[in-house]
Amino acid sequence: MTTEGTVVATLDVPAPESEILRVEDLRTSFFLPIGELEAVRGVSFLLQRGRSLGIVGESGSGKTVLARSIMRLNVGANVKTTGRALFEGRDLLSLDSREMRKLWGSKIAMIFQDPMTSLNPMVKIGRQVTEHLRKHRGVGRQAAKQTALELLNEVRIPEAESRIGRFPHELSGGMRQRVSIASALACEPSLLFADEPTTALDVTVQHQILNLLSREQDQRNMTLVMVTHDLGVVAGRTDDTLVMYAGKVVEKASTIEIFGRTSHPYTEALMRSIPRTTQASHTPLVAITGRPPVATHLPKGCAFSLRCPYAQLKCHEEDPPLTPIGNSGHEAACWFPVGTDANQEAFERNLSDRLPQTLVVADSLIAGKIGQTVGDSPEEGSA
Amino acid sequence: MPKMIASRLLRLVLTLLTVSFATFVMVNVLPGDAINALIPIDAQQDQEFVEQVREEWGLNDPMLVRYGRWLGNAVTGDLGDSIVTGQPVTAEITHRLPITLEIMFVAVGLSLLLAVPVGVFSAYREGKRPDRVISGFAQLGLSMPVFVTGLILIYIFALKLNWFPATGWNRPSNGIGPNLKTVALPAMSLAITEAAVYTRVLRSDMISTLKENYILSARAKGLTDRFVLFRHGLRPSLLTLVTVVGLSVGTLIGGTLVVEFLFAIPGIGRRIFSAIYQRDFMMVQGITVLITAFYVIVNTVVDVAYMVIDPRIRRTN
Repeated sequence: MTTEGTVVATLDVPAPESEILRVEDLRTSFFLPIGELEAVRGVSFLLQRGRSLGIVGESGSGKTVLARSIMRLNVGANVKTTGRALFEGRDLLSLDSREMRKLWGSKIAMIFQDPMTSLNPMVKIGRQVTEHLRKHRGVGRQAAKQTALELLNEVRIPEAESRIGRFPHELSGGMRQRVSIASALACEPSLLFADEPTTALDVTVQHQILNLLSREQDQRNMTLVMVTHDLGVVAGRTDDTLVMYAGKVVEKASTIEIFGRTSHPYTEALMRSIPRTTQASHTPLVAITGRPPVATHLPKGCAFSLRCPYAQLKCHEEDPPLTPIGNSGHEAACWFPVGTDANQEAFERNLSDRLPQTLVVADSLIAGKIGQTVGDSPEEGSA
Repeated sequence: MPKMIASRLLRLVLTLLTVSFATFVMVNVLPGDAINALIPIDAQQDQEFVEQVREEWGLNDPMLVRYGRWLGNAVTGDLGDSIVTGQPVTAEITHRLPITLEIMFVAVGLSLLLAVPVGVFSAYREGKRPDRVISGFAQLGLSMPVFVTGLILIYIFALKLNWFPATGWNRPSNGIGPNLKTVALPAMSLAITEAAVYTRVLRSDMISTLKENYILSARAKGLTDRFVLFRHGLRPSLLTLVTVVGLSVGTLIGGTLVVEFLFAIPGIGRRIFSAIYQRDFMMVQGITVLITAFYVIVNTVVDVAYMVIDPRIRRTN
């Protein structure tokens, strides 16, 4: 099947029916004038049919490139992806463009970040929702129109009948994203990628769109991969979560585990930076000190080491591999995982060395405690 | 829409008034006397006769009076008589204009037929060999003057292959076939330059369109490349092309002069040239007004085309 001899296990045993996507050591590089930029650096994960996966990370962590690499949607001649992405047992990365086109839109669909730009401004909504249905399934014009109508109703677009002949600019952002979702659902795909589906939308609309996605996923028993920079989007919505940093997976677990037993310092930092309603007004956001590393000049050792409050000498020297935390399938790539004694010792050592990022974290811990008390006070509650 | 057409008509009238007046003034300040066109130099010894002719043609009246008189007649469709041939200007125009229009529209049509697929393909293969070859040809087409392409075409198609006549003109009333044979070479000469311009314009717009997110999302639906290019990419890339086509149609009406001379075609371009040369101010005036009207109409058509292409423009209007 392939020339790779290292993954014998997956070759001999046919993939179980329940397994929909298996990604193995996926790497994507962009060859730029300044050098090779490795945006995804060896990502592996397994996704069961009907489940949902959240891929979380800052801008530039490689999460969008990962999704697009699996879908083979990276554009340009200077991109190269290696590894394997087995969709229902077939390696997407080895398919030719004709075979890929048969899967696109019909079995694997994608919802893009910005509904303002991902719908063609010059094509009527009805056509954009079902044009691929007509191509893939040979559905006639009238039947396609009927389906478009049903889909628009399903994604709760009011007066769908009259919207079918409209153009995208005549709809609000939230409505446009509903149209994108309707379009993605048209061929009833088994795997749906949603790349930051709510980032460009108002907060109130975000919630509705996420609920819509979750509902559709449930009803259709569809597998959903949600790419987002917002842990809050993932919380309570996806079954599993995968945290990415500098092109690598640094932590993966069920979403409950990720929140309940955060192990990677980066995941912890992301959580700390979520504003909470229990905090007093004007509590400063806790930003992660420093910047994400430039992918062409990654630090030696752990990519997060320069920003990590627990970083020790070992972290600057050796890149930690993903190692199991407990036996629930939870994995983290850290020498001093959060919640361990080693981690506590590292923190205290850095605190006494007055490491800047450690001091910021210590400050926020104190501020957090104060905020908690203010938030609990009766005056605040009645306001 | 009706509101727009009304405002366009008003603008057309104002433009025609301005242009006809300006032309009138300029023909007047040109050196040379119309009387030279009316009477041979040796006959001008007879002062009385000269004066009589001046009076007859109204040349002694103040300029504004003469303009007023011309305008009054023009409104009724009478653009005056040529002072060289004595023929009505209107008749001359209706005789010659269709010839120029036919060549022009065939030329623009041919250019578009060539430029649209080639431009789209070139953008699709941006930076690759087909794109570079096409860009090279476009550069060549752009830099060759019309009379050179015309001569090359005459050499190949008239002298060597004997497909089309080298010069001359057959009216459509003599049969469409013979007519098109005489249209072919002049239209092709014009089309080569136009097609090169159109290809480049469409290619560059198409390249930026193909970088849009909606093209990626169309591809992610599993649509074929051709479908994505022509049903998603082409329409948003047409605005500049439509502008340029409008401009070139406007320019070609007066600018087919070179091919009209080269292929001995009795079009409007040659007529205005000789009219200027002969100080036939009535003829110059008439043709100028006509070209102006044509320009304004073409511009209106272009504006309507924008609205047809881009629904977002429709709403703001």
